[in-house]
Amino acid sequence: MTRHFPIHSTEKTLDNGSGNLTFALAGNANVGKSVVFNQLTGSSQIIGNWPGKTVESAQGVLNFEGRKIAVVDLPGIYSFSTYSMEEIVSREYIALENPDVVINVLDASVLERNLFFTIQLIEMGVPLALCLNQMDAAKKKGITIDRKRLEQALGVPVVPTVAIRGEGIYELVKTAIKVAQKGRSIERSSIKYGVEIEERIEKLAQAIKSQNLTLRYPPRWVAIKLLENDPEIKKVVSSKSPDMIHEAELLATEISQIHKEPCFAVLASERYSLASKIANDALRQSKVEITFSERLDLITTHRMFGYITSAGVIAGLLLWTFTVGGLLSTVLSDALGFLQPVNPSFNGSVVGILWNGVFSGLVAGITLVIPYVVPFYVMLAVIEDSGILTRVAFMMDSAMHKIGLHGKALIPLILGYGCNVPAIRGCRIMETRRERLLAAFAITFVPCAARTILILGLVAAFVGAGWALALYAIDLAIILALGRIALKIVPGQSTGLIMEMHSLKTPSLSVVGKQTWARTKSLIYIVFPAYIIGSALVQVLYAIGVLRPLSDVLSPLTVGWLGLPAIAGILLILGVVRKEFILLASVAVFGSTNLALFMTPVQLITLALVGILYLPCLSTIAVLAREFGWKAAAAISIANFVAALIVGGVAFRLLSLVL
Amino acid sequence: MSSKSVEDYLKALYILSRNGNSVTTSEISDHFKIAPASVTEMLQKLAKKGYAKYSPYRGASLTAEGFQAAERIARKHRLLERFLHDVLRIGKDRVHVQACEMEHSLSDDAEESLCRFLNHPDKCPDDSKIIPACNLPFSSCEECMEVHNKGLEEVGRRKQKLVSIVNLKEGDQGKVSFIRGEHKVLQRLLDMGLTPGTKINVVRVAPLRGPVEVGVRGSRIALGQDIASNVFVDVLRKDLQR
Repeated sequence: MTRHFPIHSTEKTLDNGSGNLTFALAGNANVGKSVVFNQLTGSSQIIGNWPGKTVESAQGVLNFEGRKIAVVDLPGIYSFSTYSMEEIVSREYIALENPDVVINVLDASVLERNLFFTIQLIEMGVPLALCLNQMDAAKKKGITIDRKRLEQALGVPVVPTVAIRGEGIYELVKTAIKVAQKGRSIERSSIKYGVEIEERIEKLAQAIKSQNLTLRYPPRWVAIKLLENDPEIKKVVSSKSPDMIHEAELLATEISQIHKEPCFAVLASERYSLASKIANDALRQSKVEITFSERLDLITTHRMFGYITSAGVIAGLLLWTFTVGGLLSTVLSDALGFLQPVNPSFNGSVVGILWNGVFSGLVAGITLVIPYVVPFYVMLAVIEDSGILTRVAFMMDSAMHKIGLHGKALIPLILGYGCNVPAIRGCRIMETRRERLLAAFAITFVPCAARTILILGLVAAFVGAGWALALYAIDLAIILALGRIALKIVPGQSTGLIMEMHSLKTPSLSVVGKQTWARTKSLIYIVFPAYIIGSALVQVLYAIGVLRPLSDVLSPLTVGWLGLPAIAGILLILGVVRKEFILLASVAVFGSTNLALFMTPVQLITLALVGILYLPCLSTIAVLAREFGWKAAAAISIANFVAALIVGGVAFRLLSLVL
Repeated sequence: MSSKSVEDYLKALYILSRNGNSVTTSEISDHFKIAPASVTEMLQKLAKKGYAKYSPYRGASLTAEGFQAAERIARKHRLLERFLHDVLRIGKDRVHVQACEMEHSLSDDAEESLCRFLNHPDKCPDDSKIIPACNLPFSSCEECMEVHNKGLEEVGRRKQKLVSIVNLKEGDQGKVSFIRGEHKVLQRLLDMGLTPGTKINVVRVAPLRGPVEVGVRGSRIALGQDIASNVFVDVLRKDLQR
């Protein structure tokens, strides 16, 4: 018998031969996209950055009935404009990487707003499946959705899910695979604007098609983006056909004249009226009692109780961290100290010192990350995922304005109490580079776990708890003062707060776990190399006698201006690697744990103060450079150094009068 | 009845009526130099449109709505006079007639730009009459200049009685009528669903000039004070609703 058709059957070609597919998850922020992603990919996740972008990416693999499906979790966005890096990354991925299916995850309880983004996905002409998530939350709000109607209106399959309980996930995957097998739909988009707009989109799209511009985006979508005056797409098109830009501008002006609104606003309004119509057709809202989560919401944003809960949340978070952290840290240090002394050692062979450096760097990393940072991240993720943190940001917005930031900046600032490194990466949630930079600058003064150890070890132990608290207060004042100065120096305008207030909900364990792990991992990658290499290097330098001359050069500053003992220069150089080396090294250098015998209270307080401020640690400088470039990292470091000298010098003189 | 003649009558009532007193038919017929009978007819039409109150014996007076419309025309007229005189160097005695013709075709946008271009003049050149204030939501002319120098954009319509959402109380409802801001901010607000004509409700107003939380299209959005103060609504009074 002979075969009547070639080996590659049509179905198999569509199927990519081996059955390998790519799903991309797209949707608004906080619709449970991460939960869906976790449900699909389980533990096989790689969390990293988009190549060359400071935007997080998550990818994983789903093994489903013999198929291997790559799942990409796109950042949560509201639109395909160019408001943020996330939006640009997402649309470039969808248009250029051609995933087999885009699964649009929607929050069923905020259908209309979510459909605005769905409409844009349909406009892009991608193979699409809708995951109508959080059906349980919608039900609690008295919302029921007619799935069939929604499918008809959009021309896209819809699967209702409650991802957190895994409901509907199987059907979702089945549906998505079906969509993938059908391939890119060539039917005309079901999304239509008003005639006067549609005519012009069509005209422009035809022109784009006829000129054969070999753009990798669909012509209709490019036409819409050009009418919206999208800077990125304009750049792409103008390099190939400057006339097209002119044509688009003419058409856009015509639309603005008809509607007496800028064209981009007209298109947004049209999309929303469409979204509203579709949502109202498919949705039924019945009256419900005020839910518990809304009641809680009213308290967390109350004009008085709101502040109390905000203060309670921040204080609770820090208290939790240092209680759990202190406990774990002692246990861990004891356990690791049993293996080998962990204090810096400066005697013996170079190899011995090198080894000691490596080992103490490693221990430093472990005793920081595991006891202090991980519990902090867990609790922070709980507060974040539940939506309480947005309420705190809401209440604190006006206070944050004092340093030119808005409420959202509070989130990375709080992160800074654990460790500055992830906090500075966390600045990505801010909209402009200027705001990210201002927030990062403020963060470099936030007393992280290592600085706290310094304050506790030098001041609380030998001078008094009151003085330790005073140092915290001074630090806060410095953040405010320097924040204001930076605000004046860094050019540009502050944008205000635009933040969605999601409904409060019970946090998802899988999301909390994933978030904690992602943050911890990124911390490990930066902190451990810096710790291990840094501490080995510094100890060797000390042992071969390079540090002492350096310290002598610094002595006019350290001894003359700051009134510290001569050894302080060395302590501070060591402390660049990690702040609490200042404490550990002084114990090693003085050969005693009772530092009060070697330093006066004034010296202890000044050393702690200068130690907190004088330079961001090596890891922080590294992350600053990665996020903002070396120039900005250097500028921030110098600002810290100058601030430390001024504050330290003044403190020394004032304290000498008191103590 | 052309809008031009309506506007002319509104202006006449505006000029002739002092302290809100009624203007008699004969005063108006003297002003336009036409027969009292046609004035009466016109005033009745104005009354029908809700711009004026008219009774045959006491004469006519402007309603609040009529007053605002009249003030707007007077403002355009006087701004045009300034323009004709200061920029085009037309003699004081000739600007009035020219401005009377031009005022009807000057759009609100052009009026606003003209005001800014002339550095917010306050008096007209020929008889030093006060130029009525604009109804734009600026606290001062300086603010208007500053806002426009920053290159802000706007969507929606400036209307009478615009209220910024920072001035609303918790529980108030309104329809978005006008938003002003940087392009990116504007884009973001539109993307989040605050398009002109959308119904919103104020959920929370944080103390200490903090953000305003509004409910829009089933979601809740917090807007910082600076952004919120540039979002204007037509207030939907609760007591006017079913």
